[in-house]
Amino acid sequence: MSIIKPSFKNTGFNKLCLSYCQLRSVSVDLNHDASLLIDIPDALCERDKVKFTVHTKTTLSSFQKPDFSVPRQHEDFIWLHDTLVETEDYAGLIIPPAPPKPDFDSPREKMHKLGEGEATMTKEEYTKMKQELEAEYLAVFKKTVQVHEIFLQRLSSHPVLSKDRNFQIFLEYDQDLSVRRKNAKEMFGGFFKNMVKSADEVLISGVKEVDDFFEQEKTFLLDYYSKIKDSTAKAEKMTRAHKNIADDYIHISATLNSLAADDMTANKKNLEKLSDLFEKFRKVEGRVASDQDLKLTELLRYYMRDIQAAKDLLYRRARALADYENSNKALDKARLKSKDIPQAEEHQRQCLQKFDKLSESGKKELTSFKGRRVVAFRKNFIEMAELEIKHAKNSVTLLQGCIELLKSN
Amino acid sequence: MSLCTELVLDITYHQVKAPLFLVAQDLTLFCICVNVQSQPASLAAEDISTNSNGPKQDSLFDDDPEDLFAEATEEVSLDSPERDVLLSDGPSPAITPITPPTSVITPRIVSCVFIEEEEGGDSFDIHISVSDPEKVGEYMTSMSLFKRSEFAVKRRFSDFLGLHSKLASKYLHIGYIVPPAPEKSIVGMTKVKVGKEDQSSNEFVEKRRSALERYLMRTVKHPILLKDPDVLQFLESSELPRAVSTQALSSAGLLRMVNKAADAVNKMTIKMNESDAWFEEKQQHFENLDVQLRKLHTSVESLVCHRKELSVNTAQFAKSAAMLGNSEDHTALSRALSQLAEVEEKIDQLHQDQANADFYLFSELLGDYVRLLTAVKGVFDHRMKTWQKWQDSQMLLQKKREAEAKLQFTNKPDKLQQAKDEIKELEGKVQQGERDFEQISKTIRKEVSRFEKERVKDFKTIIIKYLESLVQTQQQLIKYWEAFLPEAKAIS
Repeated sequence: MSIIKPSFKNTGFNKLCLSYCQLRSVSVDLNHDASLLIDIPDALCERDKVKFTVHTKTTLSSFQKPDFSVPRQHEDFIWLHDTLVETEDYAGLIIPPAPPKPDFDSPREKMHKLGEGEATMTKEEYTKMKQELEAEYLAVFKKTVQVHEIFLQRLSSHPVLSKDRNFQIFLEYDQDLSVRRKNAKEMFGGFFKNMVKSADEVLISGVKEVDDFFEQEKTFLLDYYSKIKDSTAKAEKMTRAHKNIADDYIHISATLNSLAADDMTANKKNLEKLSDLFEKFRKVEGRVASDQDLKLTELLRYYMRDIQAAKDLLYRRARALADYENSNKALDKARLKSKDIPQAEEHQRQCLQKFDKLSESGKKELTSFKGRRVVAFRKNFIEMAELEIKHAKNSVTLLQGCIELLKSN
Repeated sequence: MSLCTELVLDITYHQVKAPLFLVAQDLTLFCICVNVQSQPASLAAEDISTNSNGPKQDSLFDDDPEDLFAEATEEVSLDSPERDVLLSDGPSPAITPITPPTSVITPRIVSCVFIEEEEGGDSFDIHISVSDPEKVGEYMTSMSLFKRSEFAVKRRFSDFLGLHSKLASKYLHIGYIVPPAPEKSIVGMTKVKVGKEDQSSNEFVEKRRSALERYLMRTVKHPILLKDPDVLQFLESSELPRAVSTQALSSAGLLRMVNKAADAVNKMTIKMNESDAWFEEKQQHFENLDVQLRKLHTSVESLVCHRKELSVNTAQFAKSAAMLGNSEDHTALSRALSQLAEVEEKIDQLHQDQANADFYLFSELLGDYVRLLTAVKGVFDHRMKTWQKWQDSQMLLQKKREAEAKLQFTNKPDKLQQAKDEIKELEGKVQQGERDFEQISKTIRKEVSRFEKERVKDFKTIIIKYLESLVQTQQQLIKYWEAFLPEAKAIS
């Protein structure tokens, strides 16, 4: 199926990647704490595996060097995320969502289709379509780099998580991490945990909530999650339709060019102008599509995952509450039987402590989460509106210019 | 339940070149403008009840006893003031060179009402009224093609097809490019007949109406076709005999199909010695043009499809964003999300309108020209056939001459005389064949030149209109997003 494989390895592609990475559109700028600065300046795409270069600059003494880089794969990020989730101490925190797996299926499929349809197009048309697809590949690539980078930056800017030992190992360990990663058994354990979690959703709804704040949050998050999931899907469909229109303009431009080439009359110039217009116009439409993708679709997608992480926090708290209630029952039973009372008391005390700790940190986390979300939405909506206006004004100029030329002929 | 939609078409048309013998004078023979007006179905329904009992309807109707539709037609005519001014120019006995009206369009309003009739058969009525021809100078009455200045007629779809069929049979074979009529669509028509008042049947009706309008315009723009009595009858007379031979599955229809197939075979076997490079060049040119236009048409059809998709997706997103806004507990953000939903809803309508422009301006233009090129290729084929006929007569003459020479040495005076008579006849035929060939070649040259000029003008006009529609969409987008921006900034 490998018709055309864009070889990102040896091109100046990496430099492109670097300049893009400066854009942090989805999340607010997280690198404001200079004691630990992380970025992904470089990435390689080999077959389907993406190799990220994670670069750290730090003033903290806990690290061996002040400035260093390590190569990491997507699976390493997942390992880091899962170890954080499974750490009891962090149960009261919103663990930043794991970055999704790099997915090149869509552009790859389109590349395949393009290869099949090559015979029906002119050479110029084919080249343009191929360029478009390479740009799409590049966009997917950039997105995945960004999303992995933001994951690390969320961790580095978190007062508790940034100090995590595994996080440090992830940043520093200069050997291949795969030996330390989950083995099959552990992975299954993780999967099992996810299964239990969905049952927790039922559990959560059933638990009597004592705290108004959490009651409200629960209602809000459960509802919001399903709504934002839907919006993400619909936004994606919208973006894709825009992209299709841009592609249509490529074909239209190419055919107009052929018509111009065959035309021997004064009409030739008109056709050339028109072909040129559609070529420029499709570039603008392409930008509209990709900007909408980044500012809207990716924004929604990111916060959908973030809300899932917030929900996870609620589940953990609800479980702790359930544990505490169970420990109360056990204590009562022990008192009745006059057996093992101190253990039961200790157990109950621990459960209460855990639950209180979770509630306290949970409240802080959820409040700051809301703040973060509002700021990010604001920033992206403003940028999206500004870009839409810019592109539309551009289009008007292009179109009016062409109309003038056609009328004057 | 029958469907009744009434639309009044709106076309603007402008001047037509004067016929040859009035050298260098442009006479605006007539301007057809049609006004678009829609009448609610309920109104028509009322009329049905009042007239349903009468077996013989108004003379404006086709005399069809099953016609349940009342004559709920709306005629709107607006006379242009310019016409009166021009008429007041004092007529002079000699040929006065009158400054022709400016090349700008002098519009007249014509009403064209489109009524649908419930009937077994894929036809519907079209009500057209044509305004008076613009008369300039004293050649009015002799050049005037129309008896009345303002009139309306009802026509069925099959009438249009009938008109085309007549024109094709009269003019195609002598080299005139007769514009093809819109195609039948059994599926589309059936849905309308069933009375489905849904989006797609309305779209179908509008598509057909628009296609018929363009067809009629192209036909009357042709200086020769305009003067044809069938065309005049079509435009003017209140009743037309039903054109039955246009039905797709009729015997006439089948015969047409058979003939088309036979023609295709014949074309392959004619090997013409082209003495005129112009024809070869032009044929090649039209072949290339055909390929490119079809390709462009396909791309534009895809564009229409995708734009409709975008409209639907935008509408869905708008709804989803509204729901998200309702769910959002941060007040300012909730408001912003609702505003976003509103903006996207407006944008969805924009995309829908643009898709219509994509279709009716760009796509249909290309479709029309793909069909027109078929007619153009047709006249070239007819020229080949004419040549073939001429050659055949020549060969036959040759044979007869040889036969006659042989007969000279036999003693068969009657046979010899017969041979001589046949030869005389054939010589006449050969001469005629040569004349026909020269005539069709001349006509085609003229026709092609006119066609190409029209094509370029047509494209330019419509493309400019299309680009302007794109400009409008983009300008609206700017407005909507500029209105949203302060809302986004207001999130605190």
